[in-house]
Amino acid sequence: MPIIVEDPRDIEFDVRTDEMLINMGPQHPSSHGVLRLLLKTDGEIVHEVTPHLGYLHRCAEKIGEHLSIPQWIPYTDRMDYLAGMNMNLGYSLTVEKLLGMEVPERAKVIRVIVAELGRIASHLVGMGAYGLDLGSFSPFLFAFRERELILDLFEEVCGARLTYSYVTIGGVTHDFPEEIPLSPGLAMLTGRTAGEPVSWITAARLFLDWFRPRIAEYHALLTRNHIFVQRTAALGVLPAELAINYNCTGPVLRGSGVDFDLRRDGEPIYTSMYNGYTFQIPVAPFGDAPYGVVLGDNWSRFYVRMLEVVESIRILEQAFDRYPSATGGHRLPYRLTQKLPVGEAYLETECPRGQTGFYVVSDGDPEPVRARVKSSSFCNLAILGDLCRGVLLADVPAILGSLDIMMGEIDR
Amino acid sequence: MADTSRSPLTPEAISQKLQAAFAPDVSFALHQLPTDSWLEVAAGEWRKVAEFLKNDSALAFDTLCNLCVVDQFETDLKKKNPPPPCLWVVYHLFSFVHRHRIVMKLQLPRGQATGNEQLPVVQSVADLWKAANWHEREAYDLSGVMFAGHPDLRRILCPDDWIGHPLRKDYPFPETYAGIQAK
Repeated sequence: MPIIVEDPRDIEFDVRTDEMLINMGPQHPSSHGVLRLLLKTDGEIVHEVTPHLGYLHRCAEKIGEHLSIPQWIPYTDRMDYLAGMNMNLGYSLTVEKLLGMEVPERAKVIRVIVAELGRIASHLVGMGAYGLDLGSFSPFLFAFRERELILDLFEEVCGARLTYSYVTIGGVTHDFPEEIPLSPGLAMLTGRTAGEPVSWITAARLFLDWFRPRIAEYHALLTRNHIFVQRTAALGVLPAELAINYNCTGPVLRGSGVDFDLRRDGEPIYTSMYNGYTFQIPVAPFGDAPYGVVLGDNWSRFYVRMLEVVESIRILEQAFDRYPSATGGHRLPYRLTQKLPVGEAYLETECPRGQTGFYVVSDGDPEPVRARVKSSSFCNLAILGDLCRGVLLADVPAILGSLDIMMGEIDR
Repeated sequence: MADTSRSPLTPEAISQKLQAAFAPDVSFALHQLPTDSWLEVAAGEWRKVAEFLKNDSALAFDTLCNLCVVDQFETDLKKKNPPPPCLWVVYHLFSFVHRHRIVMKLQLPRGQATGNEQLPVVQSVADLWKAANWHEREAYDLSGVMFAGHPDLRRILCPDDWIGHPLRKDYPFPETYAGIQAK
C-alpha cells in the first residue's frame, strides 16, 4: 500500500466555486503606485492576473521630442522618482555616447557616489515597502529614517530631495560643497551638534559609519523573520529562462541566478565609471538562505537587494577615498540649445530596479527626433501574470512587492 | 566565472552571418555608426529573420531589450531636404549567451493614423520574445503600428477609447477628452 500524505488543503481546493473577478487598485496600498490588477479567482486561488497600466502616463517621450537635451533631464528623474540620480545618469550617459564625450575623472567619481547612494535609498524603500505589503510595519520606519539622511545629503549637493536633475550632460551641475551644516537627523543619531560645519564627504562618511551596522537589524527584523520567510520562500518562482525571455533585469534577473550586472558587463562608457572599484555582484542561490528558499523566488529577489546595499557601501568607501585626488572639473560645457550630431544612441544602465535604457535619435537639431525610455519595471511587471497563476489571493501582493516596480517609470 | 562557450560577434559579422543564411531572397543593409551600428531588413521578411536571430546558436539573441517606433516626418516646413516620411520599427536585441548586441530596423509606410485609420502592419514577435508583447502594445498605442499575430493587441498606456496615436509627429492635440476641455 502506498502511503498517502493527506494535505488538509486538498479537500478545500477540490471544491470548485464560481469564478469571481476581483478588482485590485488603482488605489490599493500594496500596488506600489497607481496600478490596477484584474484578478480572476476561484475561491482563494488566482487563475489569471491582468495588469492595467497608464494611470500615470504623462507623455514624457512626446515631451522629450519638443525639448532640448538638458531641458528633458528634469523629466527623467520624475520617472523613477525613488532613484532620480540613476535616471539622470542613464540619460546623460546616452547623450554623451551620442556626442562621443568622455567626462573628467572627478565627475565620474561624483557620479559613482550619488548613483550608489541613490541605489541604497531606493533599496531601502523597496525593503520597507515590501515589509508593509507583508504586514510588518517596523522595517518601513527604519528604512525611512535611514533614507531621510541620504536625502539630507542630496539636498546639500543640489537643493532637491527627490527630483535632483543633478547629473547632467558632461558631468554634474555642482561639485560637492566644501562645508555644510551637519543635518539635525545625522547629528542626533551620531551624538554630534546640529549645524556643526563639516565637509560634504565627512558628513557622507559619518552616515555610512552609522548606517553599516544597521543592516544586521534589517536581517533580524525581516530577512530571517520566520513569518517573512514563510510568505516569500518558494513563492513566485521565476526560472532564469523565462526571466531572460521577458527581459527582466536587475535584482529580478539576479534573483533567478543569472550573473549579469551592467556595472561590470555593460558598455565601456558606463563600466569605465566603475573601473578599479572592488565589488561583488550578489546572485542567487545563496548558501545562507533559510530552509525552504528556492532559486528565483520572492526571498531570493529580496535578498539580492539587501546584499547590493552592502556592495554599494563598499563602492562608496572606495569612491570617498578617490574623491580628493580625482582631477578634472566636475562638468564639461554643454549649452542649453546646443545642436546634437546626426545619429542615434541607445544605452542601458544598471538602475536600482533593473536595466533602464534611453534611446536618443537626432537629425541635427537641439531637440531629438525621438527620446525613448525603455523601462526596467515595465518588463519586470509583465511577468506578473505568469508568476501569479495558481497562487493564493494573499500571495499576489507578496509577489508584486518582490518585483519592486515603479509606476512612474512604467507609465512614463 | 568565464564562460568558454561565449563568442561575441561584431555587427559586421552578424550581418555577414545573416547574408549567408538568407541570400539571395533577403538583403541586409548595414549602417555603420560610431555609436550603435544597425541592420535594415525588409518588413515583409522580418518574421523569419527574427526566428533565425533567436534560434541560431552562433547568434542566440535570447532577449529583446527595447522595441520602439521612430516617426520620420518633418513638421518644420522651413527645413531643407527633409528625409522621406516613413516609420522605423527599431529592435534592440541582446544575447546573454554570447554577450553581443544588434539593432534591427524595419521601414514602414506611415499610412493614416487619424480619421479613417489605415495603419501599417508588421509581423509580431511576441511569441519569440515575451518582452515584445507589451512593447508591441505600446508601439501600437502610441505610434500606430499594427502587429499581425499579436495575441492581445490592445492599447496599454492610453485609455481604450482614446483616438489617435500620440507619438505620431502629425498627431492633432485633442480639444476635449470625455467632455473635459483640454486646451
